[in-house]
Amino acid sequence: MLSRVAEAIYWMNRYMERAENVARFVDVNLNLMLDLPEGFGEQWSPLVATTGDTDAFRGRYGEATKESVLKFLTFDKESPNSILSCLRMARENARSIREIISSEMWEQINKSYLMVKEHAARAKSMDTPHDFFTAVKQASHLFVGISYLTMSHNEAWHFGRLGRLLERADKTSRIVDVKYYILLPDPAEVGSTYDDIQWSALLKSASALEMYRKRHGRISPPKVVDYLLLDRKFPRAARYCLSKAQRSLHAITGTPIGQAETAAERQVGLLYAQFEYADTREIIKSGLHEYLDDFQVKLNNASEAIHETFFALRPLEESAPESMAFSQSQSQSQGGQSQRQSRGR
Amino acid sequence: MRFDAYDTGGFFDEMFDAEGKPRPGYALLARKLAEQSVEELARRQAAAESALMNIGATFNVYGHEAGTEKIMPFDIVPRIVPADEWAKAEKGLKQRITALNLFVNDIYNDQKILKDGVVPADIVLSAASFLKPCIGLKPPKGIWTHVVGTDLVRDRDGLFYVLEDNLRTPSGVSYVLENRQVMKRTFPQVFEASRVHPVDIYPSRLLEMLQHVRTGSGTGQPNVVVLTPGPFNSAYFEHSFLAQQMGIELVEGRDLVVRDGYVHMRTTRGFQRVDVIYRRIDDSFLDPETFRPDSMLGVPGLMDVYRAGRVTLANAPGTGVADDKVIYAYVPKMVKYYLGEDAILPNVPTFVCFDDKERAHVLANLDKMVVKAANESGGYGMLMGPQASQAERDAFGDLIRKNPRNYIAQPLLGLSRVPTIIDGALEGRHVDLRPYILYGEDIFVLPGGLTRVALKKGSFVVNSSQGGGSKDTWVLRG
Repeated sequence: MLSRVAEAIYWMNRYMERAENVARFVDVNLNLMLDLPEGFGEQWSPLVATTGDTDAFRGRYGEATKESVLKFLTFDKESPNSILSCLRMARENARSIREIISSEMWEQINKSYLMVKEHAARAKSMDTPHDFFTAVKQASHLFVGISYLTMSHNEAWHFGRLGRLLERADKTSRIVDVKYYILLPDPAEVGSTYDDIQWSALLKSASALEMYRKRHGRISPPKVVDYLLLDRKFPRAARYCLSKAQRSLHAITGTPIGQAETAAERQVGLLYAQFEYADTREIIKSGLHEYLDDFQVKLNNASEAIHETFFALRPLEESAPESMAFSQSQSQSQGGQSQRQSRGR
Repeated sequence: MRFDAYDTGGFFDEMFDAEGKPRPGYALLARKLAEQSVEELARRQAAAESALMNIGATFNVYGHEAGTEKIMPFDIVPRIVPADEWAKAEKGLKQRITALNLFVNDIYNDQKILKDGVVPADIVLSAASFLKPCIGLKPPKGIWTHVVGTDLVRDRDGLFYVLEDNLRTPSGVSYVLENRQVMKRTFPQVFEASRVHPVDIYPSRLLEMLQHVRTGSGTGQPNVVVLTPGPFNSAYFEHSFLAQQMGIELVEGRDLVVRDGYVHMRTTRGFQRVDVIYRRIDDSFLDPETFRPDSMLGVPGLMDVYRAGRVTLANAPGTGVADDKVIYAYVPKMVKYYLGEDAILPNVPTFVCFDDKERAHVLANLDKMVVKAANESGGYGMLMGPQASQAERDAFGDLIRKNPRNYIAQPLLGLSRVPTIIDGALEGRHVDLRPYILYGEDIFVLPGGLTRVALKKGSFVVNSSQGGGSKDTWVLRG
C-alpha cells in the first residue's frame, strides 16, 4: 500500500487514541480535586506534563490553574494535543484516505469531530465537564469497534492498530510516571506510604480500577505500577499494548515474531523486551522514573524507525547508512510525538 | 401533480412538444408524474437528496474551513434522450473527438493544418494553452484526448450544438453514476419500463482504456493510478470515487517520485513502478521542472519520463490548446480537413474577433451577443450582451479592440428546458448535457451524461458554482 495512506491511517488512530486519553485523565483529575481537602494543593501542572507540553504551556499561559489547563487540553486550537486538535487531525487524516477506510469509520470520525467542535463553540461546556469527556471517550471506543467490525483486517488495518497501541502505551506510561512522581516525591518513601484515593485515581485514569481490584484486591503502589505497566491481559497496560503492536507490525512485514528484518521490527522488539523481561521490584528499586524515561526514549526510537521503514521512502535512502535514520536528536523531555507535516500547501 | 399550468415559455421543452403532448420516450414519465401527489414527489425528492448526502457525493466549497461539503442540488425529474437522437449525437461526438485528437497531434508535430492555412498559425501559436514543452511529443498509441466531456446544448430549434469540448480533465462523471443509483430507487417502475441504457459500465471502460494506453509492449497488468491534487480539491470526491470503483491507487504528487528514469510510487514495501497516470491535476502543475516551478502538486522530472515514453499521462499535456474558444471556432474545418467529412454536430455560430469583418459585426451587435474570453471558463470573462448595461457593453467593446485575439462572440441561445420541481410545482428550467467520451482501443461514448440544470428562474447558467443542479440522463435503448 501507499506509504502516505499507511501513514494517514496510523496517525488517524493515534490521534483518536490521544484524544481519548486526554479526556480520561483530565476527567479523573477533576473528579479527584473534588475529594481532596482544601489546601492540599491542586495538581494541574502534572496534567500538562502528561501530554509532554509543559514548555509550550508555560510560554502561553504561565501558571497552571484549573481554567488554563482545561482550556489548553480541551478546546485550544493552538495546542497540538488538545482534544479539539486531535480530533481535527484524526479527521483530516481520515479524509485523505476515504477510499481506503469503511464509510462507517469515516462517518464516526466526522461526527466525533463535529461533536467536539460544537462543544468548543458553546460557552458552558465546562459547567458539566464529565458529560463532555464521557462523550469523547465513547466516540473513541465506538471508532475502535467500528474499525474492528467494518474493515478487513488487512495491512491498512494493522497500521491503524499499530498506531493506536503505541499511542496508548505512551500515554499509560506517562500517566504512571507523572503520578508516581507526585505521589512519592522522595525515592526513600517508595512503597512506604500511600493515599488510597490518589492511587485509585491513578488507576481510574487508565480505566483500570475495577479490573485492578479483581486482580490484586488491595491498593498497593508497586502492584498498581505492575498492573499498569506489566499486566498481560489489561488492554491499557503498556506490556499488553506493545505485545499487540508487535503482532500488527509483523503482520505487516510478514516476518515471524522473534526475527527482525527492518529497523521498525528491531526497535519495537527492543521496546517489548523491556517489558517482557521486567520485574516491578527491580524497576522501583533502580528508579521508576529513570526506567520510564528510558522507555520514552525507546518509544521515540520505535516511532522514528516506523517512520523511516514505511513512510519516509526517499530515492537516496539505499545508499545512506541505516544509522542515519536515528541520528536526529531525541528529545526525551517529551514534546509528544506528532505527525510530520509534509503537505506543502 | 398536474401539468395543466405548465408553460413551455416558447423554448424547446424536452418533455412536451408545442401542442403540450409528451415527446417520444416521455409519455410514461409524464403520466407517472401527473399521478403523484405533491407530497409524494416532495418525499421522493427528499429521499433522493438524503441518499446522495449519505453516499458522500459532495463537492468542497472553497474558502470555507474544513468540513464544508455540499451535495450538488439534484432534481428527480430525469432528462430523456430517445435512441435515434442519441445515435446521431454519439456518431457526431466520435467524429469530433477523432478530428480533435488528430489536430492536437498535428500542431505539436508537423503543423500541417497551419501550413495549409486551414487554421491561422498566429492563433494557435499565440494561445495561452499551447504548451511549447509538448512540441514533438508522441503519446502512446497516438492518443492525446483520452477522456473528454463535451458540453452540448439544444437551441430553440431542438438541434444539439457543441458549446465546449473540454479536452483537459473534465469532471462530473461521478455524479452521473451516483444520480443513476438514486434514480433507480426513486422511480423504479418508470425506469424499468423505459428501457434505459445502464451507465455503471463507465469505471470498467475507463480502466480498460487506461490499461490499453500503457507504454511500450509490456506484459502483465500495468500499474494504473489516479493522481489527485488532494482532499482540498473541489472534485476530490470524484477522484476518490473513481479510484475506488476501478480498484486502483489514488495518489498525490508527493506519493510519486522519479527514480532510474521511471515514475515510482512510495509504498510500505518500497518503490513500485507506475505505468499509467490518470491525472486530475492541470497541465501547469504536473512537473515543476517543466511547467510552474512553484507547483507543490506535481512530480519533479515527470515530463522527462513522459518524453522518454516510460509513462503514460491521460490526458496528455497540451490538449487544452483545442479548448481555446477561438480555436474551437475552427473545429468544423478540422473535421473537414482531417476526415474529409462534414461535421455531424454543429458548433454554436461563433464570430472570431481576430477577423476584421467579424469583429466589426460583433462590435455593432454587442446588445445581441454573448462575448467570451478565449481562456476563461465557469462564467468568468464573459459579457451577456442582452442583459448588460450600455456601460458594460462599452467597456467590453474596448477590451475587444485592445486584444481582438482574445475574444469570440456567439448569439444568445435559448437553451432547452426540462420540467423541474420548484417549490412543490413543476416549472421549466434550462439545461445542458455533458456526455463522457473515452478514447482507447476504440472511442466509447457513455450512453448517458450529466444534465446540468439552472435552478434559478430564467437563468441560462448551469454551473454548480452559480446555483446549478443536476438531473439523471436517460438514454433509451432502440
